[in-house]
Amino acid sequence: MIDYFVKFWQGLSTILIGMKVTFRHLFVPAVTIQYPSVKPQMPERERNRLYVNMDDCIGCDQCARACPVNCIEIETVKSLPEEDLGKTSNGKKKALWVTKFNIDFAKCCYCQLCVFPCPTECIYMTDVYEFSEFRRENLLYDFVTLLPEEREQKKKNLLEFQAKKEAEKAAAAKKAAEEKAAAAQKEKQEPKTPNPSEDKKEENNQ
Amino acid sequence: MMYDWLNNLIGSPILAMFIVSLLPLFIFILPFALLAVLAERKVSAHMQDRLGPMRVGYHGILQTVADIIKLLQKEDLVATATDKTLFNFAPLLVFIGSYAAFAVIPFSGFFIGSKIDLGIIFIVGVTGLVVAGILMAGWASNNKYSLLGAMRSAAQIISYEIPTLLIILTVIMLTGTLSLYDLSELQTAYFWNWLILGGPAIGIEKILLIPLMIMGCLIIYTSTLAEVNRTPFDIPEAESELVSGYHTEYSGMKFAMFFLAEYANMFAVSAIVSVIFFGGYQSPFGYLGNTLGLPWLIPIEQFFWFTAKGLFFVFVQMWLRWTLPRFRVDQLMAFCWKYLIPISFVILLLVGLITLI
Repeated sequence: MIDYFVKFWQGLSTILIGMKVTFRHLFVPAVTIQYPSVKPQMPERERNRLYVNMDDCIGCDQCARACPVNCIEIETVKSLPEEDLGKTSNGKKKALWVTKFNIDFAKCCYCQLCVFPCPTECIYMTDVYEFSEFRRENLLYDFVTLLPEEREQKKKNLLEFQAKKEAEKAAAAKKAAEEKAAAAQKEKQEPKTPNPSEDKKEENNQ
Repeated sequence: MMYDWLNNLIGSPILAMFIVSLLPLFIFILPFALLAVLAERKVSAHMQDRLGPMRVGYHGILQTVADIIKLLQKEDLVATATDKTLFNFAPLLVFIGSYAAFAVIPFSGFFIGSKIDLGIIFIVGVTGLVVAGILMAGWASNNKYSLLGAMRSAAQIISYEIPTLLIILTVIMLTGTLSLYDLSELQTAYFWNWLILGGPAIGIEKILLIPLMIMGCLIIYTSTLAEVNRTPFDIPEAESELVSGYHTEYSGMKFAMFFLAEYANMFAVSAIVSVIFFGGYQSPFGYLGNTLGLPWLIPIEQFFWFTAKGLFFVFVQMWLRWTLPRFRVDQLMAFCWKYLIPISFVILLLVGLITLI
């Protein structure tokens, strides 16, 4: 009989205890973060989408070589001597036109290994993590600041420059050969045995 | 009275009666259901340290309006194996049952749908229609979950009507009236006249009655909570066991009818508790209208107090819902038959002895 009342009282009092707990929680501030409008604070060394600051990139290709999944593709073109590409923010001189700098975020594994080798600290992790796409191709990010025509132009410039240099070189060599031939003729007049190895060299030069 | 006033104003008894009978629905049940569904979601969310609906309107206040628009647009699905007639009629019957109870609920001294002498018995009787409707819905759905939910609901409501009626009997014995209007008028003006504090009588019996009345209030509150199938007693719709019980097969506005009936029932039950034990529409601190000499203010005040008390008990129902887990079926029956019914018999007996003093 006593057990009956003890049970009844326990039931009633525990309900009241439970109600006290829920009533207290009614006034506890909600822990909800209203996601699209309010974003959670990210940790300090978060690893999200990469960004490349092309003003600082010297095209050294070290990040591409560090990448374990080969998601970075870099192509560079030598600059012409008269072109001034400026300096990076930590004082390195830029010597290459970067004509291709693609990062495929569909492949990227967010390991951050590309960030450490960079000599100018121009590739780094940002806090952007919402970049889902409907098509996989859209995840291929192109970081180059040059326009497509400019990239072609740079390549053409280099080819032209190389051709010009080649031509100059060829001309110089021809001139040298002519001078040499002239000298040889002079020497022929003075009796002296011709050197066969020299002939070969001349042929090679031409 | 509202009816006489409208009859004088319009001059047509039929039109006046029509308006009076529709008033609770349009000025009370629909806005209340809109508000209560939102409040339920907000209360539950804040009790669990969440925010609840936040998108539609300021802090989600238009969420239920959006939900109703969604429900109106929904296709009214009726499965081929259902008993069409019963299936379509069941939500109506459930709603009629819970709406009919509002006919005798005294919103204020000025506005009672019908001032019949058997008010409280009428409510108990007419809410029996809800059980019929629920059973009908469960049977006509031709779905095992629906039928199980309906059977559980019937068993539960029939069991829990016994303690409810015993406590109502106790109060009837004490006050000698069945009319909800008379019951409210009895506990007039100040809170020490409320039946939970022993009623208007003064003397030794008032002190003796207080603990019994508090127990009685707790019992009637729990058993009516069980009658409206709210959470510690929600085994008829138990989401985790029975999908959603008797309204599993319903969609669109028919589902909304069940929902509306549930919330209307919640308020009806809270109103009964407040009329029986907490003075109904009577103000706990006397009337401002009497003090200022403005007799027209009194009905408005009474309406305010009645609504406030009703909403408070509805809030407690929500509070309990988000505090307590669901009973098992055997626990539910044991709680009713082993605890509530014996204790209410003891209360009935003791109150009977006290009234003899």
